[in-house]
Amino acid sequence: MFDIDAKGVRFGELNASIREAVARGEKEIRVKHVNGQYYIGDGLRGGAVITIEGVPGNDLAAFMDGPTLVIKDNAQDNIANTMNSGRIIIHGHAGDVLGYGMRGGRLHIRGDVGYRVGIHMKGVKKQSPTIIVGGTAGDFFGEYMAGGTLILLGLDEKDAKPPEGAQPLEGGHPLVGDYLATGMHGGVIYIRGEVDKKQCGAEVGVMELDAEDIKALKDALIPYCADFGLKLEDVMKKGFKKLIPVSSRPYGNLYAY
Amino acid sequence: MNRDKRNAKFISPYIGVEPLQGASGPIGRNKNTQGGGRLQGAGFDFQKDISGCGLTGLISKDKKRLSGSHIVKSLCLMNDRGNGLGAGYAAYGIYPDFKDFYAFHVMYDDPSIRFTAEDLLKSNYHIEKIEEIPTSPVKAIPISPLLVRYFIKPLKEKLAGGIEEADFVVNTVMKINSEIDGAYVFSSGKNMGAFKGVGNPKDIADFFRIDEYEGYIWTAHTRFPTNTPGWWGGAHPFTLLDWSIVHNGEISSYGINKRYLEMYGYKLSLLTDTEVVAYLLDLLIRRHGLDIGAACTALAAPFWKNIDAMDGAQKEAVTALRLAYGSALLNGPFSILFGHSRGLVGINDRIKLRPLVAATKDAMVYMASEESAIREICPKPDRVWAPRAGEPVVVELKD
Amino acid sequence: MFKSLAPPEYLATIDQVKCIRCKRCIQNCGWSVYSWGGDKVVIDTQKCVKCLRCYHYCPEEAIEINDNPVKFKNNAYWGFNHIRNLKRQSETGGIPLTGMGSDQPYTILFDHLLIDACQVTNPSIDPLREPMELRTYLGKKPSSVEFEKGGGKPKLKTKMPPQIKLSMPVIFSPMSFGSISLNAQKVLAIAAKECGILMNTGEGGLHEDLLPYKDSIIVQVASGRFGVNPDYLNAGVAVEIKIGQGAKPGIGGHLPGEKIPLEVARARMIPVGTDALSPAPQHDIYSIEDLRQLIYAIKEATNYKPVSVKIAAVHNVAAIASGVVRAGADIIYLDGFRGGTGAAPAIIRDHLGIPIEHAIAAVDDRLRQEGIRNEASIIAAGGIRSSADAAKAIALGADSVAIATAALITMGCTVCGKCYTGNCSWGITTQRPELTARLDPEIYAERLINLVHAWEHELKEILGALGINAIESLRGNRERLRGIGLDAETLDILGVKPAGR
Repeated sequence: MFDIDAKGVRFGELNASIREAVARGEKEIRVKHVNGQYYIGDGLRGGAVITIEGVPGNDLAAFMDGPTLVIKDNAQDNIANTMNSGRIIIHGHAGDVLGYGMRGGRLHIRGDVGYRVGIHMKGVKKQSPTIIVGGTAGDFFGEYMAGGTLILLGLDEKDAKPPEGAQPLEGGHPLVGDYLATGMHGGVIYIRGEVDKKQCGAEVGVMELDAEDIKALKDALIPYCADFGLKLEDVMKKGFKKLIPVSSRPYGNLYAY
Repeated sequence: MNRDKRNAKFISPYIGVEPLQGASGPIGRNKNTQGGGRLQGAGFDFQKDISGCGLTGLISKDKKRLSGSHIVKSLCLMNDRGNGLGAGYAAYGIYPDFKDFYAFHVMYDDPSIRFTAEDLLKSNYHIEKIEEIPTSPVKAIPISPLLVRYFIKPLKEKLAGGIEEADFVVNTVMKINSEIDGAYVFSSGKNMGAFKGVGNPKDIADFFRIDEYEGYIWTAHTRFPTNTPGWWGGAHPFTLLDWSIVHNGEISSYGINKRYLEMYGYKLSLLTDTEVVAYLLDLLIRRHGLDIGAACTALAAPFWKNIDAMDGAQKEAVTALRLAYGSALLNGPFSILFGHSRGLVGINDRIKLRPLVAATKDAMVYMASEESAIREICPKPDRVWAPRAGEPVVVELKD
Repeated sequence: MFKSLAPPEYLATIDQVKCIRCKRCIQNCGWSVYSWGGDKVVIDTQKCVKCLRCYHYCPEEAIEINDNPVKFKNNAYWGFNHIRNLKRQSETGGIPLTGMGSDQPYTILFDHLLIDACQVTNPSIDPLREPMELRTYLGKKPSSVEFEKGGGKPKLKTKMPPQIKLSMPVIFSPMSFGSISLNAQKVLAIAAKECGILMNTGEGGLHEDLLPYKDSIIVQVASGRFGVNPDYLNAGVAVEIKIGQGAKPGIGGHLPGEKIPLEVARARMIPVGTDALSPAPQHDIYSIEDLRQLIYAIKEATNYKPVSVKIAAVHNVAAIASGVVRAGADIIYLDGFRGGTGAAPAIIRDHLGIPIEHAIAAVDDRLRQEGIRNEASIIAAGGIRSSADAAKAIALGADSVAIATAALITMGCTVCGKCYTGNCSWGITTQRPELTARLDPEIYAERLINLVHAWEHELKEILGALGINAIESLRGNRERLRGIGLDAETLDILGVKPAGR
């Protein structure tokens, strides 16, 4: 284990030392006292496991291609932007616009996520990205989704009372926000709980899971449960709904030629 | 008519370089090119500023006064969200000895202008105290406007015509800001003050000696202006009476918000879109009597789809707000913190295009563009959450 | 009678080799250009208006319609229409009539305005995936709202004036039964209902066939008072008082008796075959206070439905509009000089009034200066050709636009401008049963619905590019317009900066 202390260190210097350590062949790196430093793990390759203590700043793991990032706390916005491969494990909450254009790898979040998560995720050839969210999600979940797998679990739904000061919509904190999967034209979304078609974009169908789905879902959830010490049976106790696009060309009639 | 009332001294387009007298280079903020400022004829027609920025705020609900050093630390963590062309702070509860007086913070381009503004103030106000705002020399801020503060109260006879005291004060602010060249009132509330200028968060804090003030509400802002170089008055917070606004994003509806406010006598002279927010709050809350929740509903209204799904009375209420205040709707990406004498409010746009994170710890509530800015001064909050689009976080001081 | 010295405008020709003598052209031409000569079709090209009905219905593509090359000598000052109208006037002693909006080459301000778009500092919004609101309410708005004091959920105290909900800020302009066929009105009504917008009866009364669409109809009261009774006033969602029309401000109307068959007569509540005269003024309105009387008489008679007042855009339109709003109108309908007509003297249509762009800007400014902009909605009409024109009109300050010519084009209209003849081969501006039967309301309504939906998409794309997701943030937002090739004074009137600033 190679330790780096990020206390009061600016992002440029911090990321340079992480890159150096990876280049040197360090397999396990621990970054302590992180708070708000941007761009950690951006464009990083190889198989290192980097543990981050504290709240990393925006643009975590953009273009990342291989490493594993373990975030012990909450994380901020724009994580896994156009990520190619690797794993990100976030033990707390995460912010908006996660996995934008993500093409491969896995993003596991134990807590809640913000708006526009899994936006324009895409799979190509053998690559297929996966994002799994343990808590709730905001609006535009899976917006423009073109490929890969997006799973929302709502594990803490019952306790998710709106915070003090916030003025929630009727009915408290929803499992998932409005405009769900709007513009979706590829991939699959599994949601643990009920989905109101009124929340969804016009482009998606909501359906029950078949045996093949259950298998795919379990395969995806096994490593997630392992990351956070959850039991697969507990997670699978509640019913899931599947969202898939009804057309890969939802706007075929939009234009006049 | 719009006149350029700012001048070269207020701007620091190149830090440390004194602009030439009568310079007519490509830099200026003339609202029209026939403006009266020294940069007239610059040919740069300014419409509104665009702020890509970081903001942070905190409130002690039980009115415990905190040194400014906390907010400075929080803001400085987000240095990279700004570009050193503007930073500012607002604080409430900082003038307990003068809490019944309007605290005017005024920037003067030139000492001589001071007398024009003071003549106006003296003939309309009882002036309890005049002093220069204390500053410390900061290497990165070689030039600054003359900064003076006044603790004042309108003369009784001036209010004899039945004009509301607050309206009278607003009129004074509008008059100085739109009519006296080179003078700008950047703070006008009671027991509160704004401190702002061209520089990065740390330098501006050092310059204004922010850590020497103690307040129970603080907001702060670091700025990344993209349309023009920053000028001192263009930094956030924007204030009017006790409203103070820090804003991240762009008000794409600025054009109609401005024309709507002009219908009610507001003069938009500060060259930035954020200005409309301060005046809209003044209009909706102070003059029209809306409560803060209703005002937020008007400014970041729910979508019709959601309104249609509401029950009778709520639907009726929200529909009425949208119909009456359509021109006040703030459209475009924004997160905003607004402070006022009774509390702190955070809100972002209807589809959450700018970030806002909130946290609580005992009687403290924090809100910022990034969670790390909160964790910098509150490492272990009781609760952290991201407010949903268009849903305000309203925090009020305990009585 | 000697042959007219006004040469034909168009030359219709038939390729006799291609022609299969099917006589469809003879059947289709409402103007009797074609007749059967025994072995081939004979052409009277003087009658041709280039409406292109024959061209579209010729199965062999044997017909060609060209502008007449035998025109008068080219002259930049004495134009073809000047000379031709002089000839016609010398032959008839009459006033040359026209139909549709003015075709004269005055500056088109819409074509000198460009709309802003987002880059970087604010994001454009994707209207296909994210919410984009065009919903518009017409009617008086309170300047502020009040809630009941006390705990619990907020309860509205302010009494809201009546509002008309539109799914988008585009409605259909008034066109009377008489000026257009009942089938054409049905097309408008079906499309209005389907699209969540409005059609307007014009001043020809309300035919009973339109009653199923009454929640999408504004009924009009004009100087002829045709078909007006309490049922009529209460039939629609609003009542419009027509003071003037952009194509013929200050001019009345004259629907000749031969165009008043039974159905038109019934709707207008007049005898068959009598002339339907609309006086130039409303003879109960000689001044602004009289307008107030009529507005309130209608409000009383309808239990306070919204009242719209339609005026032509004339020089002093801002002051007039202010008076109209102060007189109690909930909606002010501005009709620019490019606005269409079923029949108007050319000399009036082409020389009176001002463009709608100026009128919107002047009226919106004036109402704001007086602090009464919220007192009435502005509908802008008179030459809205595309959703871009609509967006520009709204950015200048209109709440909604109204379209007529654009809607008629979906029904087959080619803007030939001969509406006043009553011979429209497309069955639109005619009452001849064999012609109106061609316009199947259900089929043509689909086309009009398509148009409205296409504009809806386009308006959403424009808003998305502007980075705003509600139409009210475009309304009056002149900051998002720039002018090109406009002089400083015009820019000042429009409240728009030149491009590059």
